[in-house]
Amino acid sequence: MLTIYINNTEVQAEEGWTILDAAQFYGLAIPTLCHNPGLSNYGGCRLCLVEIGEGKYTKLVSSCTYPIGEGLVVHTDTKRVLEARRMMIELMLSTAPGSKVIQDLASLYGVKQMRFKIRNEECIYCGLCVRMCEEQMDAKAIGFQNRGFKRKISTPFDERSYECRLCGACMYICPACALRCQGPDADTAVCNACLNLDPTCVEVYDELQCWMYDAGQCGTCVKKPSDAK
Amino acid sequence: MNVELDKVKSFVDKHACDPSALIAILQDIQAEYNYLPRRALLVLSQMIKTSMVDIIGVATFYSAFSLEPRGEHTATVCMGTACHVRGGPKILEEFERNLGIESGHTTEDKQFSLETVACLGCCAIGPVVVVDGDYHAQVSIRKVEPILRKYQTKEKKDDAPN
Ligand code: FES
Ligand code: FES
Repeated sequence: MLTIYINNTEVQAEEGWTILDAAQFYGLAIPTLCHNPGLSNYGGCRLCLVEIGEGKYTKLVSSCTYPIGEGLVVHTDTKRVLEARRMMIELMLSTAPGSKVIQDLASLYGVKQMRFKIRNEECIYCGLCVRMCEEQMDAKAIGFQNRGFKRKISTPFDERSYECRLCGACMYICPACALRCQGPDADTAVCNACLNLDPTCVEVYDELQCWMYDAGQCGTCVKKPSDAK
Repeated sequence: MNVELDKVKSFVDKHACDPSALIAILQDIQAEYNYLPRRALLVLSQMIKTSMVDIIGVATFYSAFSLEPRGEHTATVCMGTACHVRGGPKILEEFERNLGIESGHTTEDKQFSLETVACLGCCAIGPVVVVDGDYHAQVSIRKVEPILRKYQTKEKKDDAPN
């Protein structure tokens, strides 16, 4: 058993856990996208970022891949974390605005704008399908190819391969190529139809006083006063 | 090109069928055929018990490997920042027009392959074009054709108009 500090609370965690495992064990909400309990950890989407360390020396790490150690200090909902998560969601929105999963995340975390060029790619390179194919279906029919902006997921030589049994597991797990929900603003880059525009708090409280703190913040503290309606 | 199985096998044996020597084996194959023939990769995949997906992943990741036959000469146009502002893209365009191919591909007569690179580290003499390891400094659109002609094989030159 290791002692770690999550959001200023001393908790016990088992050796070999990641920060995400510990947080989930204690019921803390950390958003994830490329993480799936049945697959290996990948750390590609950076949605599960948390801040570790104390004082001046804190850094953002992806909680789904960071193994805990004795005395680790973790903060799951600081301003820096929330802002970084928003940025990740915004970037993913620009890549695959058609994805319901990402649109829902945007609504949940109050991402109201999208400042990047829309690419409509239907792939955010989370690698879920690649891991699914290899680890659960035992096929290894698809994989990453090329690099940089040419990176893609495909079968060797882009052909139907012997390994692929057309099981469809890759499509089942894909968060990006699923059909978008037909909400009222279905055509815009940021749908936000489900976003609750009323901020829960009128004022900004610090970590100790925020009643939403451990349950995943409402986000009021990171909204600028000007966009709180 | 006919891929001789024995040759591929000897490359693999040289590395004792070790999957971690994948890149070294691929380099050997690339050196032998000037590209990675599909059949060679299939044999390789079976011999070192590595899935095709992984091999293709590595082969497409590094620009040293090519899945389509490379030309006799490789022209590399620098697209780094310094060369870019000095007209790198225009020069690439001129190469593409001259050879009738897009970058990353090879002409039909297998004479030239066209590639781009992000900075060769000699920005001062940019825009830079490298053909078979020879650096051509301060290339302009007008210099493209003479550079290509220099490397064209003799018969080709005679055939060419003007
Ligand atoms: S869930 Fe941790 S990086 Fe994607
Ligand atoms: S940018 Fe071309 S050599 Fe540096």
